Amino acid sequence: MKHQIWNKEMECMKRSDLKALQLERLKALVDYCDKNSKFYHERFEKNGITADKIKTLSDIQYIPYTTKDDLRDTYPFGMLSVPQKKIVRVHASSGTTGNPTVVAYTREDLDNWAEQVARLVYAAGTTDESIVQICFGYGMFTGALGLHYGLERIGATVVPTSSGNTEKQLKFMRDFGTDTIVATPSYCLYLAESARERGIEFPMDSYKLKTGLLGSEGCTPEMRKQIEESWGNGFFCTDNYGMSELNGPGMSGECMMRDGLHINEDHFLCEIIDPKTGEVLPEGSEGEMVVTNLTKRGLPILRYRTKDITKINYEPCECGRTTARMHKIIGRSDDMLKIRGVNVFPSQVESALIGINSISPHYQLVVRREGFADNLEVRVELIDASLLEKYSELENLRKNIHDRIKNILGIEIKVSLVEPKTIERFTGKAQRVLDLRNK
Amino acid sequence: MIIKQISIFVENKKGRLAEITETIAKSGANIRALSIADTTDFGILRIIVDKADDAAATLKEAGITVSVTNVIAIGIDDTPGAFSVPMRILSDAGIDVEYMYAFITRKSEKAYVILRVADNDTAAKVLMDKGVELLDEEGFHSLM
Ligand SMILES: [Zn+2]
Repeated sequence: MKHQIWNKEMECMKRSDLKALQLERLKALVDYCDKNSKFYHERFEKNGITADKIKTLSDIQYIPYTTKDDLRDTYPFGMLSVPQKKIVRVHASSGTTGNPTVVAYTREDLDNWAEQVARLVYAAGTTDESIVQICFGYGMFTGALGLHYGLERIGATVVPTSSGNTEKQLKFMRDFGTDTIVATPSYCLYLAESARERGIEFPMDSYKLKTGLLGSEGCTPEMRKQIEESWGNGFFCTDNYGMSELNGPGMSGECMMRDGLHINEDHFLCEIIDPKTGEVLPEGSEGEMVVTNLTKRGLPILRYRTKDITKINYEPCECGRTTARMHKIIGRSDDMLKIRGVNVFPSQVESALIGINSISPHYQLVVRREGFADNLEVRVELIDASLLEKYSELENLRKNIHDRIKNILGIEIKVSLVEPKTIERFTGKAQRVLDLRNK
Repeated sequence: MIIKQISIFVENKKGRLAEITETIAKSGANIRALSIADTTDFGILRIIVDKADDAAATLKEAGITVSVTNVIAIGIDDTPGAFSVPMRILSDAGIDVEYMYAFITRKSEKAYVILRVADNDTAAKVLMDKGVELLDEEGFHSLM
């Protein structure tokens, strides 16, 4: 396997040198925020923090966490650290409730962001020869423009089709010879299926698609497999991660080994904490990831609580990079359920259900306390009427779902088949859990 | 010699059967025979109605999981041992019965049985060859 590295100096640095660089950048950031950010200056004063207090990387623990609420409360420009004329772009994330969160970039911030993305797309196999179709929606969302400038940075040919209009997407893919696609996993799959449906007119070999840069939503190994098989012809996709509060895409991404997402550690300092107590956990633990963007200046963010649950592997990678790798997001701290001492996330159940065509994609988790034990019921909607002819087929379906979920969660569960449209539909982030334990 | 049957997935919850049968009524179809098999969580309701396609379409529109399948209906004399005759015929022909249910009518002295087998045509043929009465749609509905 060929591994190409965009910035060898930063991506293959000795760990001790990398830590020294992070410490130097952290000190500079604290000093900068103290002098330029009204928000952080007040926080630091209240907690007695100055740049000289930071002597080691773990001294970062003196700094309080920054949350999404802090961004909302200071909407829109309360956290800026530069005069507005120095800001060259703003983005905002869709707020399902309350104010959206606004992020702002100086020219230097945009430059850093493009560099971060360039490394990830290069690690995923994209080059200056690539023709890349960006099927993320352009606009206030950071995904499309983030990838756009990163891909331009490495010299790829960018085709900014934006989202939607499947017919056009497929036409450009065929006519331009697009070999790389930027999309959410679900849209990438949808496009593949749409292409197959039109297979009589345009056989699959009229597409040259080889690489998928997937992001913006999680992608389980099962879903990835399904996407790759749907496109066929050796289509290979990698996952990348980021969030608008931390620039957007660009924080981390998979190399060709696909064994964790390499973090751009010279720009991002990550910690893992216990989401309940806020305590920092030892290296290698699973918990909520907290991120400090070391180089951002327009709207700096220190110790941002991502609410994403993951763990970080600091071992060097076979690809030659020394940067740490974060595990794919395991779940959201808000959604985390503890059942009989085991952490359970709706996303794990979701991944177990992918590829089972007899049920709808809607599911619900119901947790009950019965006696002294917590019991988890997974409710799924039966849509395949052909199974009604044989009782045993319904029982087999139930058993198959049961075994898949039990395998992933490691705890006993009960599966219930329910009628279509009986599980509540949610717009936006799904509320899949009904916890009746304290009711 | 084939009759259309509707199979409906029904969750075991209060009032659900009432809602489903109301939906069938709305389609204008009349239920002629029915059977329900259930576990603690769900059941499969099987019905024969006079307007199977209309009823199935209305149920589907209401978001209910429903399928239409072909079954056969046989008439048997109301005497001891009469039912064992067609069962023996099918068994000797190597045809397995997946499920069945019986009904009677006011217009006939006979008892009737709905049979679901893997191969309707073969089953119908062996039964008829041995003189068992088979109903077609018209014959079936004229009994009502
Ligand atoms: Zn690697």
